[in-house]
Amino acid sequence: MSKALFEYVLRLGDDSLILGQRLSEWCGHGPILEEDIATTNIALDLIGQATTLLEYAAHLEGKKRSADELAFLRIDREYKNLLLVEQENGDFGKTIMRQFLFDAYRKLLFEKLLSSSDEHLAAIAEKSLKETKYHLKHSSEWVIRLGDGTEESHERVQDSLNELWRYTGELFFEDEVDTELKGSGVIPDVSDIQDKWNELVMNVLAEATLTIPNDNWQFDGGRVGKHSEHLGYLLSVMQYMQRAYPNMEW
Amino acid sequence: MVDTNQIWKYLEEVSDPEIPVLTVNDLGIVRNVSIEGGLCKVTITPTYSGCPAMKRIEDDIIEKLKDKGIENVKVDLVLSPAWTTDWITENGRQKLLEYGIAPPQDEVDKSVLFAEPTNVPCPKCSSSNTRMISQFGSTACKAHYQCNECMEPYDYFKCLK
Ligand SMILES: [Zn+2]
Repeated sequence: MSKALFEYVLRLGDDSLILGQRLSEWCGHGPILEEDIATTNIALDLIGQATTLLEYAAHLEGKKRSADELAFLRIDREYKNLLLVEQENGDFGKTIMRQFLFDAYRKLLFEKLLSSSDEHLAAIAEKSLKETKYHLKHSSEWVIRLGDGTEESHERVQDSLNELWRYTGELFFEDEVDTELKGSGVIPDVSDIQDKWNELVMNVLAEATLTIPNDNWQFDGGRVGKHSEHLGYLLSVMQYMQRAYPNMEW
Repeated sequence: MVDTNQIWKYLEEVSDPEIPVLTVNDLGIVRNVSIEGGLCKVTITPTYSGCPAMKRIEDDIIEKLKDKGIENVKVDLVLSPAWTTDWITENGRQKLLEYGIAPPQDEVDKSVLFAEPTNVPCPKCSSSNTRMISQFGSTACKAHYQCNECMEPYDYFKCLK
């Protein structure tokens, strides 16, 4: 049980860590000052969630590996984040679309994890849910503003949706880790989340005058460590300091 | 040996490094104080997961109590029940207002996606003719507003429930 739970918590922690790192790339490059601040604030929340989750994962693993070692000293195949979160930022519209698709999933997942039989996981969900609601409000408002905006903004954000849609099936990926944890009431059944996610996403996309692509080919692999080419580049930046100056702290 | 009431009083002297007018007590982040077998344990809870002030607050508490002659101090961090702006004291709200930061208002639940932004009166002239500039402000706990009457740009300590 604790091995499955370690794996599960690592997956959630890696989602937060990798997306937090991606969003932090906007620091100093936001399209307007307010959004520069918003994306980096959201990045900060996500890195905070990653810290709590990876500390818990390190504890569950029981091998004296610290949260920092988990964050900075694994190789790409050992990261278990969703493919969606490692995708490149692209323009602001693509970043917002990626964020929206993820926030909607995260909010629904944390709501369900509030009643997890694992008390610590429930506590992390309780803390993170409040922040995630804010993120979702921010990202969904921008999706609507850009989708239902000018011809240019509509076209760009529609292109982003077309490109990112193929990574959304993986949000509901399940394997033996999930089966084991579902059995003991630690995590919810993803089908509960999937229906609500579809409804929420369809509502916002409709408001934004956006349509989901016809091509429904879906990728997965992130949850078992098979990543897109983008993760390696991200890790080389993220891990640089720890690799160049082992055990450094600040 | 001091008692827990005395410790609570000492904590009145520890302020939030980012909003120095607020003490840790005003913020409502100190959840418990206990003394057992000579060990003084202070339990705090973070405002936001990534709040960079938490480590500093922890160090400040230890240092403050050391100054008061209490050497054996441990600060524990708990996540549940999760912090809410409802725990900011009345006194704390008043101090925020005087400092120029609008205190948290009662808000509709964030899960209502299409709601209008909360009306937040101006801390300078009290007008409610104000507008939200950005949902995110200078720190994770604040949003950015501007007054349409006196033009004052200000931070709003946003409601977290
Ligand atoms: Zn005013």
